[in-house]
Amino acid sequence: MALDNVWVLAEVTESGPTSLSLELLTEARKIGSKVAAVSWGAHTAEHAAMLGEYGASKVYDVGDVGETLPGVPVAGAIAALVAGGDRPDALLIPASYDGRDVAGRLSVKLDRPVLTNVVGLSDDGQSTQHTLFGGTTALSARFTGDGPFLYVVRAKSFAAEPGGGASPEVVSAPAPEAGPAGATKVSARHVEERSGPKLDEAPVIVSGGRGLGSADKYEMIEELANLLHGAAGASRAIVDAGWVPYARQVGQTGKTVKPNVYIACGISGATQHLVGMKGSKNIVAINKDQDAPIFSVADLGIVGDVHKVVPALIEKLKSR
Amino acid sequence: MNVVVCVKQIPDPAAPGALDPNTHTLDRSGKLILDDSDAYGVEMGLQLAAGDGDEVILVSMAPNGETSGLRTALAMGAAKAILVSDDALAGTDALGTAKVLAAAIKRAEPDLVLTATESTDGYTGTIPAQVAELLGLPSITFAKKIAVDGGSVKVERQTEAGYDEVECPLPAVVSVTAGVVEPRYPSFKGIMAAKSKPVDVLSVSDLGVGADQVGASGARQEITDVSKVEERAGGEIVVDEGDGADRVLAFLEELKVI
Ligand SMILES: Cc1cc2nc3c(=O)[nH]c(=O)nc-3n(C[C@H](O)[C@H](O)[C@H](O)COP(=O)(O)OP(=O)(O)OC[C@H]3O[C@@H](n4cnc5c(N)ncnc54)[C@H](O)[C@@H]3O)c2cc1C
Ligand SMILES: Cc1cc2nc3c(=O)[nH]c(=O)nc-3n(C[C@H](O)[C@H](O)[C@H](O)COP(=O)(O)OP(=O)(O)OC[C@H]3O[C@@H](n4cnc5c(N)ncnc54)[C@H](O)[C@@H]3O)c2cc1C
Repeated sequence: MALDNVWVLAEVTESGPTSLSLELLTEARKIGSKVAAVSWGAHTAEHAAMLGEYGASKVYDVGDVGETLPGVPVAGAIAALVAGGDRPDALLIPASYDGRDVAGRLSVKLDRPVLTNVVGLSDDGQSTQHTLFGGTTALSARFTGDGPFLYVVRAKSFAAEPGGGASPEVVSAPAPEAGPAGATKVSARHVEERSGPKLDEAPVIVSGGRGLGSADKYEMIEELANLLHGAAGASRAIVDAGWVPYARQVGQTGKTVKPNVYIACGISGATQHLVGMKGSKNIVAINKDQDAPIFSVADLGIVGDVHKVVPALIEKLKSR
Repeated sequence: MNVVVCVKQIPDPAAPGALDPNTHTLDRSGKLILDDSDAYGVEMGLQLAAGDGDEVILVSMAPNGETSGLRTALAMGAAKAILVSDDALAGTDALGTAKVLAAAIKRAEPDLVLTATESTDGYTGTIPAQVAELLGLPSITFAKKIAVDGGSVKVERQTEAGYDEVECPLPAVVSVTAGVVEPRYPSFKGIMAAKSKPVDVLSVSDLGVGADQVGASGARQEITDVSKVEERAGGEIVVDEGDGADRVLAFLEELKVI
């Protein structure tokens, strides 16, 4: 038996709903008979049709939250809807920066536990799947108490597919007065340069790790990614070292990616890295250590020096 | 300024993890160590609370009166610790943990509470916002830079696109990423001093948290099934004899990527 009301916390940016939000709407159609989206910010109305196309028959629009971080006002707005009798059986929340804030705040407001790092749901929406120990073990879990069930879902757990739904009804769901908890203020936003496809949407990803030796060598990773019309990724080691921005990080604490081809250059293959990329269709690894764990998931492994193999690859691609 | 740093003590992540055969929750019966992710919060706290009368107070919830991870953080320079340890806490979920931590944190009357963005073993990443909500405080998650300026905290917060500059009045909860500072190694002197630093051990009832809020039953969730994931089969591994690039090209051609 499917759930009655499934809501999705949908993040809508200027360019539209995030891909994870669309993945969640697609899954919500499967587990629920009625799907609604909860959105905030200045762009909800303009992109509401797309939320409808992916399954939302109703959109709760929290509206512009101004300069505060969305966690408090958005959780407040949802809690107010629930208090007013308009409650979901389950709420699917993206495992994103703001999604996690909303989940934490809302769980306290509703006094409901959260199942987190969900990578799959049963058709009835009552049972979740998770992986642990670097993806070697799978686990199912479920809530034993009353809903609303709060699920925080990782990216790429479901494929986003439009369902051909009509334009949804948009209703205003304003945030209540937040008090001291809402006193955050964003004073400036910095966008780091990015060219080419986004990491979580690229068909090809070329990632670099500590084996590159120094920050300037990351340029060859970007160049190779460019030549393959892909995106450049990174291990956490070189993100922590400040060589590349965090947005490039693949793995447990970074992005989960499932491209057609993933090329790991000078990456050892720690379990926390593997969980973020071993769902890739095809994996190529270049590492000078033949015992590197990355080879255990590689379809093609080259035991060699990245400083030789990658530049040669770039030359050959350029001359084609 | 009082800075509370939440530090989790976890099974050594380098050792193979194991689940309790009955409850399917993580086996925490062995020796526990300081979660690496919390070393950043401890270092950040020490740097922010470096003035006269400033103090870094650790708060941890862990089984079996475990203090070895706390000693590591005390050796780095924290002044004292509050440890909540109680058999009733076995199987507690993130929300229950947040209730316990919030009650313990209150006792320290902090100006600033630091946590990691997520722990290494459970990594739900919900505790920072839950603790903040329980304490009625503002929170800024995913900090990659923190400065305290008078009565407010200024943070560079990671975002999908880059980072935001965010500020809020103190007291507040801030969760830190691994990039925020470089943690120091405890000195020999620090390690010796840590042995005599106070660790206040409390039970759930000491904190006034209801027994029904914690433990496996308070979690209102259960693990119903555990299974091994089929390993991804390894492929062809070749040693580069000058032909490495050609092998990769041929592979990409076969996939029609080029
Ligand atoms: C809680 C937690 C979360 C984490 N989350 C993530 C995460 O999200 N993503 C992530 O990536 N990591 C994560 N990590 C870190 C992870 O454990 C590893 O430390 C990290 O992935 C290692 O990065 P690396 O492979 O670049 O570096 P290393 O492990 O140092 O590997 C470098 C590799 O390069 C090879 N090499 C060296 N020189 C050359 C050369 N000239 N040519 C070819 N190969 C060469 C070496 O043989 C080695 O295998 C996390 C860790 C923890 C504790
Ligand atoms: C594989 C796995 C999956 C789990 N999934 C879920 C789930 O879906 N839902 C759920 O409710 N519980 C879950 N749990 C249980 C959860 O991990 C524990 O309840 C834990 O006590 C708190 O959650 P966390 O470590 O995941 O918190 P996080 O939110 O990841 O922790 C963030 C930070 O809070 C601080 N902190 C967290 N715990 C403590 C502590 N005990 N003492 C001091 N500081 C602390 C640390 O600074 C930490 O880095 C899971 C546990 C495991 C092992």
